[in-house]
Amino acid sequence: MSEDLDDLDALASLADRVRRQAYRLVADATAPVGRDEVAEALGIGRTLAAFHLDKLVAAGLLDTSYARRSGKTGPGAGRPAKLYRVAAAERAVSVPPRAYRTAAELLAEALEQAGAEEVLYQVAQRHGRDASAPSEVTELLTAYGYAPMPDGPERIELRNCPFHRLAEQFPPVICGMNLALITGLLAGGEWVARMEAAPGRCCVTVSKKQSD
Amino acid sequence: MSAFHLAQMNNARLSAPLDDPSMADFVQGVTLMNDLADRSPGFVWRLAGETGDGTIRLPADPRTIFTLSVWESVEHLRAFAYQSAHLDYLRRRREWFVPHGHRDALVMWWLPAGRWPTLRAGISRLGRLWADGPTPDAFTFRQPFPAPVPAV
Repeated sequence: MSEDLDDLDALASLADRVRRQAYRLVADATAPVGRDEVAEALGIGRTLAAFHLDKLVAAGLLDTSYARRSGKTGPGAGRPAKLYRVAAAERAVSVPPRAYRTAAELLAEALEQAGAEEVLYQVAQRHGRDASAPSEVTELLTAYGYAPMPDGPERIELRNCPFHRLAEQFPPVICGMNLALITGLLAGGEWVARMEAAPGRCCVTVSKKQSD
Repeated sequence: MSAFHLAQMNNARLSAPLDDPSMADFVQGVTLMNDLADRSPGFVWRLAGETGDGTIRLPADPRTIFTLSVWESVEHLRAFAYQSAHLDYLRRRREWFVPHGHRDALVMWWLPAGRWPTLRAGISRLGRLWADGPTPDAFTFRQPFPAPVPAV
């Protein structure tokens, strides 16, 4: 419960509208961003941008790193810029207390022991197909929390795994479920999902159907 | 270089003989995945089979196949197992393998760098994992233990 309240503190720091916009900007960026970019995008001063970003760091929602942005090195290259990215820690608050993650872990472990993955994949695919999802592929993947990032006109990588913690614990089960779900969501369209696991992103990628 | 390397042994019970048509994708995958392991970052060594198909089996029980390999770290092995093309084969394991039930199929342990484990040692470590749960001598991805600190 006390952990829950720590999470609440972290999430409460997002109550400020400008700060929430700053968080979203960092979360949506494909690489760590500096205060200048945030200031420019939000139309606020650099000092105010840095203030909000550092509040988000203090709350544990963002991490920082330092890098020279221009590629210059040595004397005259200037100080390395402070860059921000989303922290890996997950935050959730439930009132009253609910433990759905624990339930999911128990279900995944039981399902793995029973060897019932195929049933899970079928259920996931059917739910995906039956979902009333946006028809535009980027909109659809965004709506389901995948943070899609186009890689050329024919391929999309997914920067966020909505099942991340569980997928780390039960990779074949959860990644297989995820593939089936996305396959269902894309059914009937011109895109297909495939398993293409790599570090640092969702194990599934989406590509244009080959017409031949 | 670390003084210890990570050994892993894994076993799977085939749901059909390897020459059954239902196993064709798996048989093809064995060679591909062995090759992928060999050129993965952190790969040190693996036991190569003498069966010609890339699998490791014991004569007494040809339906059970093994992998035995050595890696620089748990993270290197994890990257190969779960963050490469190997994951798609894991996803499809029920097409080819009998479920394990509550007993782990994979066991890991640390051994001094430069030494290779034996299959017998791996089977014995798996027995310890089953008997005692994860310990520094026999553990799993879900509950890994750090490499021993060498005595100075």
